[in-house]
Amino acid sequence: MNCRKILDEQTYDTLVATGYGRYLAQAHLDCPVITEIKAYAAGADFIFPGCRTVLDIGGQDSKVIKVNLGKVEDFEMNDRCAAGTGKFLEVMATTLGYTIDEFGTEALKTSSAASINSMCTVFSESEVVSLIARGENPQSIARGVHQSIVNRIISLMGRVGFEEPIVFGGGVAKNKCMVFLLQKRLGAQTHVSKEPQIVGAVGAALAATKSKKEVRT
Amino acid sequence: MTNHEQMWNELGMDVELHKELLRSIDKTFNQTVGAQKNRPAGIDYFDHVLHESHGGRVAELIEARKNGKKFIGTFCIYVPDEIAMAADAIPVALCGGSQFSIPYGEKMFPRDICPLIKSTMGLALGKICPYGPIKDLGVGETTCDAKKKTWDVVNFHVMEVPQKKSKLDFDLWFKAIEEFKDKVEELTGKKVEARRLSETIAIMNQKRRALQKLNEMRKIDPPPISGLDALVVMQAALNDEPVRFTEYLNKLNHELEKRADEGFSPFPKGTKRIMISGCPSVMGNWKVHSLIEKSNASVVIDETCTGTRYFENLVDDQTRTIEQQLNALAERYMKINCSCFTPNNERLESIEKIINTYRVDGVVQYILQYCHGYNVEAMRVSQILKQANLPNLKIVTDYSEEDTGQLQTRIDAFLEQIE
Repeated sequence: MNCRKILDEQTYDTLVATGYGRYLAQAHLDCPVITEIKAYAAGADFIFPGCRTVLDIGGQDSKVIKVNLGKVEDFEMNDRCAAGTGKFLEVMATTLGYTIDEFGTEALKTSSAASINSMCTVFSESEVVSLIARGENPQSIARGVHQSIVNRIISLMGRVGFEEPIVFGGGVAKNKCMVFLLQKRLGAQTHVSKEPQIVGAVGAALAATKSKKEVRT
Repeated sequence: MTNHEQMWNELGMDVELHKELLRSIDKTFNQTVGAQKNRPAGIDYFDHVLHESHGGRVAELIEARKNGKKFIGTFCIYVPDEIAMAADAIPVALCGGSQFSIPYGEKMFPRDICPLIKSTMGLALGKICPYGPIKDLGVGETTCDAKKKTWDVVNFHVMEVPQKKSKLDFDLWFKAIEEFKDKVEELTGKKVEARRLSETIAIMNQKRRALQKLNEMRKIDPPPISGLDALVVMQAALNDEPVRFTEYLNKLNHELEKRADEGFSPFPKGTKRIMISGCPSVMGNWKVHSLIEKSNASVVIDETCTGTRYFENLVDDQTRTIEQQLNALAERYMKINCSCFTPNNERLESIEKIINTYRVDGVVQYILQYCHGYNVEAMRVSQILKQANLPNLKIVTDYSEEDTGQLQTRIDAFLEQIE
């Protein structure tokens, strides 16, 4: 198991697993688990104390978490498909021939966005292909793809009823165009840490220190 | 060939495909209900009812039909069993809860309707339902659009459940009940007599009392029975012969009382107490109950058609004439707070009462995909839960396993909120 190999090379006092593989890790490594929702709330509050809303767009889902003092008050997740997730961006970037890093920066170079109507990853991909075939500017297509995810995220945030300060975490927060468009649509600042993809890991680590203290006392 | 296989063959069923269906249901059962520890001994009978629902129970119905009884298939707890039974008919609820038959349902029915209808129709279309071939009458109702249009296709008798709760609507519902009485009388050739009807009213009231007693014990902290096992009892209630069912349930209740006295429970004290509210979980569907209880919480009450809506409120048995009895039946059944009504304030009142009496720590609103009534009403339910300061999670899902990973995360995060 890959995790074990990585762990063997590290020294640590205690272990907590989070994310979709948490139960798998628990079965092999005999450690406590927490959901990534709790982990993101705790992690975001640690990095940006006082944060009230966490937006996490990861590889296979996106979530909006309402936070108070590092605790989850409410949350919403996208439904079961890849629409509005990092995976969606990745597929579209590949179709346009961009690397993940280029995708956001190229999309920022234009203000015109091609309209992408479908939210389904498969149908959007064919939409992008026909836009390329029609000679549409790749930067505009990239911008349109970003725009369509932002639209989806905005309605998710509306359902929870977000408050500021907002922390944007997960791998997709590294995408500058996503941050720009989100801030524009929300009319609010989103805080992104230096390494947004480890916010959940920080939260899990915080839970680990807490559970360790509980064991000791 | 076993006796059952011979029977299925004679019914014109696809016996091989049916074996696959049973294997698929068994697998789900063993991974959910069967995987539990510390189950009461008396639950065996109800497991047996579920396992024999396509075997022994069908053989029993075939035998009864040979003796002049008629078999009526129903699809909603709004259909008054008392009337059918009083005319020597046997009503059995036939709603499908298995994912296995859905692709067969989707061959003909639209994909974007609720899984309960697709599963039910898939069983018929795939020739893997033993009830269809022996059914003397199908009775539908008007609790949602997809069901209404389905009845047109399969040519069922339809009881008109009104959409509002005024006097006018009650009168309409009373007429629907009268019409149903006429229909079963015509089917069986037997008159519904006041004396016989008072007997069947008593039988069904006894059954409801036993179910009420079971659910009364779920108020105990920790409850002497898991939510999954209580669901098994409810699913059996929709299939089994009512007198026998009540007899075995009384035995189970007795065992649970003893368990409670000894402080015995499948859960440790302090286990989070969850209410499930919304759509029914019929036979074959143990998905959400199982996910919740696998995450170390207990489901302590179901505000669903496979829960309180089925057994709360008795039929007034102090009536004499047929007219009075039908009125008492109409009144009792009109109290089922289905989301097809507008407005449906009584359901909200009932939920407020339940969250207090069952001391629940959180509510999971369970919505079958494309069930617009419960899905939209969930907003009002959320509002009252928010006022009561109770965490609530809305889950919209179907019978498939594809979203269990995400659901597990959502349920776990919801339970973490309760800490």
